[in-house]
Amino acid sequence: MVHNMRRRKVKREEPHLGAVKLNIKSYRSKSKDKPYLEDLKKVNADQKRNMLSAGVDPSQRSRAGTYVQMDHSVVHSRSLFPGLEVMSTTEAIKRYEWVDNYIWKVVSAKADEFTKEALLKPHHGYFLRALPGVKATYPLQACLFISDDNIVQNVHNIIIAEEGADLQVITGCATSSDVRRGLHIGISEFYVKKNAKLTFTMIHNWADEVAVRPRTAAVIEEGGKFLSNYICLKPVKTLQMYPKAELVGKNSLAIYNSVLFAHPGSHLDVGSRVILKAENARAEVVARAISAGGDIIARGHLRGEVAGIKAHLECKGLMVTEKGHIHAIPELEGLVEGVDMSHEAAVGKIAKDEIEYLMSRGLTKGEAQAAIVRGFLDTSIMGLPSSLQKEVDNAIASCEKEVF
Amino acid sequence: MLKIENLTVKIAGKEVIQDVSLTIEKGETMALLGPNGSGKTSLIMAIMGFSDYSIVKGDIYFNGKRITGMDVDERARMGIGIMFQRPPTITGVRVRQMIELIKKEGFEIEKEAGNLKLKEFLSRDINSGFSGGEIKRSELIQLLASSPQLSLFDEPESGVDLENIALVGKVMDRILKKDDGNMGLIITHTGFIFDYVKPDKGCILVGGRLHCVGDPMAILKTVKKRGYEWCITCEGEKLKGKSRT
Ligand SMILES: Nc1ncnc2c1ncn2[C@@H]1O[C@H](COP(=O)(O)OP(=O)(O)O)[C@@H](O)[C@H]1O
Ligand SMILES: [Mg+2]
Repeated sequence: MVHNMRRRKVKREEPHLGAVKLNIKSYRSKSKDKPYLEDLKKVNADQKRNMLSAGVDPSQRSRAGTYVQMDHSVVHSRSLFPGLEVMSTTEAIKRYEWVDNYIWKVVSAKADEFTKEALLKPHHGYFLRALPGVKATYPLQACLFISDDNIVQNVHNIIIAEEGADLQVITGCATSSDVRRGLHIGISEFYVKKNAKLTFTMIHNWADEVAVRPRTAAVIEEGGKFLSNYICLKPVKTLQMYPKAELVGKNSLAIYNSVLFAHPGSHLDVGSRVILKAENARAEVVARAISAGGDIIARGHLRGEVAGIKAHLECKGLMVTEKGHIHAIPELEGLVEGVDMSHEAAVGKIAKDEIEYLMSRGLTKGEAQAAIVRGFLDTSIMGLPSSLQKEVDNAIASCEKEVF
Repeated sequence: MLKIENLTVKIAGKEVIQDVSLTIEKGETMALLGPNGSGKTSLIMAIMGFSDYSIVKGDIYFNGKRITGMDVDERARMGIGIMFQRPPTITGVRVRQMIELIKKEGFEIEKEAGNLKLKEFLSRDINSGFSGGEIKRSELIQLLASSPQLSLFDEPESGVDLENIALVGKVMDRILKKDDGNMGLIITHTGFIFDYVKPDKGCILVGGRLHCVGDPMAILKTVKKRGYEWCITCEGEKLKGKSRT
């Protein structure tokens, strides 16, 4: 009892602000090669199920192409749509000299120990590109899979939407069911050219003891649109990321939508940052965070560098159990007169009057709470393909089952 | 039958209902009048079982069963329903979704939404950005869908423009007549709604105390003419003769 009280007190005084320390050397940097699969349907049943839940469909129904990496091996890479390129970053470097201009350009290799690790020991990653003017009907899908226990996976991803292109990407990160521990380092650099549109949806389905360190940045040119969705509903040991979008061209747009659910023992330090550098650039950052006992630091940062920009930051946190911790840190930074930025942050529990309102219509307390949480984690704005929406809805439902 | 016996209700430490007793027989509808702040909403919130409204004294019985202390959802499943005066916004929960969850068999969502001019509201979050009249109609379609045996209407016509009052009134009447023995408690200021729903009896609540149970039309007329204050002092002697208490 006394011990408990002391722990709570310490927790209150010292929020988990610092990044969780990781020892990269404690993970294996080698793994057995995995064979290339011409036919993606040949992945085993467990892998298939885990891929599906992360939005990656091995049947490739309603997909324009697929990249799958298992541990350190590229096991599938293929475009099914003319004008879309799908290959490993290693392959892209070999094929195109100009790729040098896209690697370590918006993410700095010197940023931290994880970027350095990815620079020194790269394990592929995907290169996805839509040629100028190409508008794909279906999304490309990419899966970064960990199937060996206790390894580090360092990927470097490059996504380019050339001028006037419209590219949708679904990336799922997942593990085999028997994987407990691991480290995923993912460098991602996005380039949205003039009047192009990139819709990028990332689903993270990691495991209890997996540590995740994405390092991501995007550059959006004139009239370009970058829509980024992030969903993390499964347990993860520690996740720390702060992707950044730089709006460098006038009339460009960046939208970040994140949905986070922290299970007991999970530590999520997640934010989105937009630097608005051109006239009439607009940004919207929305995060919905639920703690069911885990820790969440929900960050957001808008920086308006020129007049005539407009941006909004919204972070809503919901505590659904007695334990847990949500720390919302919204930041606004204006450098000149004539910027228009705002933020809205709220952390609380489910409102009693809302629960009772639904109960007065005959829903049980649990049903009412579940309906409110489902509404809170509304992913319908993300415009996900219906099969993926179903997977996400199922994942939300199983989160709710744990709590209510 | 709803039977309330010597009910005293507290909210935020304050007694807002004091020693109220009333009975609504099977098939009966009662009108509840009273000035602002007199405790009308508190009374029906206590009947529904909202936890902010704590029962200090007295009991509530529904169909012979004591429901004092029962959870809200249990009362709802027993057949009590409420049309809120000021319902909360439920972000992310759509009106259609709610109706799907609560509707009785045979309820035709599209048709009824059309009838209540709510078609485009089905895909909206419950009460989010709704006007006063829209809230009333959204509340009403939910009540209609769940089809309770006892309906508690909290100021169904306030904020509703004249052309929609008939619409609201007719749907209320349908809810009350849907099944034999349905009961209603209607809170109203104006009595406009009586053109469409005929209450069997009326009463006045002032300062948390019940006065004057009797003929609803006569009570309304007296209130309109003389005000609530007169009603209390008079204690409705003339009207009381006609009522059973
Ligand atoms: N949540 C609350 N906290 C404190 N006082 C309240 C609350 N709700 C209602 N009251 C008070 O209780 C009294 C009765 O309110 P209410 O039942 O809403 O009256 P009516 O519906 O007749 O206008 C009023 O004095 C009101 O201010
Ligand atoms: Mg009221």
